Amino acid sequence: MNFIHPPELKESTRDKKIEISSLPKKVILPLSQHTGAPSEPVVKVGDIVKVGTPIANSKGFISSRLHSSISGKVVSIEDQPHPIIGRCKAVAIESDGQDAKAFSNEVRDVSDLSSKEIVEIVKDSGIVGLGGAAFPTHVKLSPPPGKNIDTLIINGAECEPFLTCDHRLMLERPKEIIYGIDLMARSLGVQDVIVGIEENKVDAIEALGSALFKVKSVGCKVKVVKLKTRYPQGGEKQLISTLLKREVPSGGLPLDIGCVVSNVQTVFSVYEAVYFNKPLYERTITVTGSFLKNPNNLLVKIGTPIRDLLEFCGLDSSEDLYKVIMGGPMTGVAQFDMGAPILKGTSGILVLDKRFGNEEEIDCIRCGRCIEGCPAGLMPCMIGIGVQNNRFDIAGSYNPLDCIECGACAYECPSRIPLVQLIKLAKTKVKK
Amino acid sequence: MPSNNLTVTSSPHIKSPLSARKIMYLVILSLLPAGIAGIYIFGLCSLKVMLISIISCVISEAVFLKLRNRDPKAILDGSAILTGLLLAYNMPPEIPFWIPIVGGVVSIVLGKQIFGGLGHNIFNPALVGRVFLQISWPVYMTTWKNPKWAIDAVSSATPLAKEGARGFSYLDLFLGNHGGSIGEVCILALIIGALFLIFTKIISFHIPASFIGTVMVLAWIFGGEGFFRGDFIFHLLTGGLVLGAFFMATDYVTCPLTRKGKIIFGIGCGVLTVLIRLRGSYPEGVSYAILFMNAVVPLIDRYTKTRVYGVSKK
Repeated sequence: MNFIHPPELKESTRDKKIEISSLPKKVILPLSQHTGAPSEPVVKVGDIVKVGTPIANSKGFISSRLHSSISGKVVSIEDQPHPIIGRCKAVAIESDGQDAKAFSNEVRDVSDLSSKEIVEIVKDSGIVGLGGAAFPTHVKLSPPPGKNIDTLIINGAECEPFLTCDHRLMLERPKEIIYGIDLMARSLGVQDVIVGIEENKVDAIEALGSALFKVKSVGCKVKVVKLKTRYPQGGEKQLISTLLKREVPSGGLPLDIGCVVSNVQTVFSVYEAVYFNKPLYERTITVTGSFLKNPNNLLVKIGTPIRDLLEFCGLDSSEDLYKVIMGGPMTGVAQFDMGAPILKGTSGILVLDKRFGNEEEIDCIRCGRCIEGCPAGLMPCMIGIGVQNNRFDIAGSYNPLDCIECGACAYECPSRIPLVQLIKLAKTKVKK
Repeated sequence: MPSNNLTVTSSPHIKSPLSARKIMYLVILSLLPAGIAGIYIFGLCSLKVMLISIISCVISEAVFLKLRNRDPKAILDGSAILTGLLLAYNMPPEIPFWIPIVGGVVSIVLGKQIFGGLGHNIFNPALVGRVFLQISWPVYMTTWKNPKWAIDAVSSATPLAKEGARGFSYLDLFLGNHGGSIGEVCILALIIGALFLIFTKIISFHIPASFIGTVMVLAWIFGGEGFFRGDFIFHLLTGGLVLGAFFMATDYVTCPLTRKGKIIFGIGCGVLTVLIRLRGSYPEGVSYAILFMNAVVPLIDRYTKTRVYGVSKK
């Protein structure tokens, strides 16, 4: 399998403890921030909500519940800026400054919980994959009959440059992550768990290893594995291949080959939900990049506008910003509206200056670097040439649907061709 | 807070520092040792040929870009300079000044711009120029000069052209102490440049290894009196093999995309080179071999696609 080696660029936040961000005055909670059907609102404008009050229910199996992340009043349910799809219907809540919680923080006795009960709590807590794709976790924990899951893989690779939030969480909450792993393994009925962490986070490997030693009541076999630092090591398929030497068949899912992959932050929120009844309304993200006086790892409320976080991290607004990105630099989405909110699947906010400007694009020189770098074994340049010449038949014959959009090809391309964009276009045309 | 002047593009938002232009200039840099050796061995006449050839290529490129309504700034990408340099390396040092001029025009116009410019040409532009000159003015293109310190300073033939030439030690051949083209003779200098390219991952070893390997094996088997008695080291050190295998056959635009394709391409170049050297009417076959294989690159590409992750081999 092919990988690339972009610079890690994690220095400015890797040693910074997770800090609680300031309470936002207003949050915007889009009804579509997970894979699957948008949630259905259960509150009306004017309703008073607390932290953790359900504000929208899942609509169908592959969907997710949504909770208020602050206490206050619902001020609108209408179209709002959305960081990924542009605009989307969202519940806007204005804070009363109290941060009063709708749930008790009592510790639940988890020893008697059945697999079904754990899945039900996860579902009610609105937990989705926090690595980025935001796939509803209760769906992953309910494999269809006939699919035999033998391994749970925990993704602590964090291979995107700049991002350090997963790293910090593993360092600061290792025991909780182990408890969460135990719950997920129990609900899946799985004995073998592998945690994959890149070798640039040796301290996190040690932290989880020693937590594992201290936590006595773990009912599964957990192995912490050191991975090479390379991109995209944390891609779901790439992680499975590296750890288990199994390939997810084209068009298939990890459960087709007996595994479930979950991000460390997802595991942590499962722990919080099951032990403390705490729904998913906040998460850890990295806010970093140019012009920030205090780049940091922050515990933020879902729905916080990007603007609030940049201000909290001391953005020097006299400078000319170039790009603001939600997510990492390889797969993140460039933003144009600083009022767009943090979603459940958001792992970072990244500010880039003009040094990261795009050079002028020239024609493909057939150097083959995109092929050598493609973790999916594709020939991105050929798809690109097909699309650029409106030959979608040619583009389609080079398997664009197997692209995971990791960005390795476009990173490597010396002609600066926006290959990911071209492949995404090819995908839409090939599907039709 | 500024939010109206943000740039929005598709991911990824960081790019590798190695741009196409940087690659071109690194390749030019890797060719400099061979050029310096050419000047040292044959004198300043080599430098004159190099400069004329480069200037001719750059001017042709600028004029043609203008005619095609493209931004003439594209000459700065370094590809025309590289073509000019490679073309000069393929010429004898004491050639009339107008030959590199014609060669440069042919290389750029017929070899590259006619097809649509950088990235679209089928054949290696410098080799198109060289072969054009070789066919049109064979005498000029094969009138060799001895190293400037040689007592017998009149023109001589290259070792390959001499029937069973054994007047040269391997060391002479390796250091370039004999007549030949400007940039082909000093194998030591070429290898320094080639190692630089491989070390910086600008080229992979697949083409040069399979090309040179095939030539040596076939020369060993068929190159002597009876089988398995050929002087394969002689075949390695003479003619344009090292220059061709490391610097011409590896031209991105005109070689296959995948590793498998590159190996097939290299073997093909090797077979054709030996065939021409041993059985053809020309003493040297590297240029023709590469050009011929350039023509079949689309075919090789079609049959050497990569294996897609999650798709089992058929």
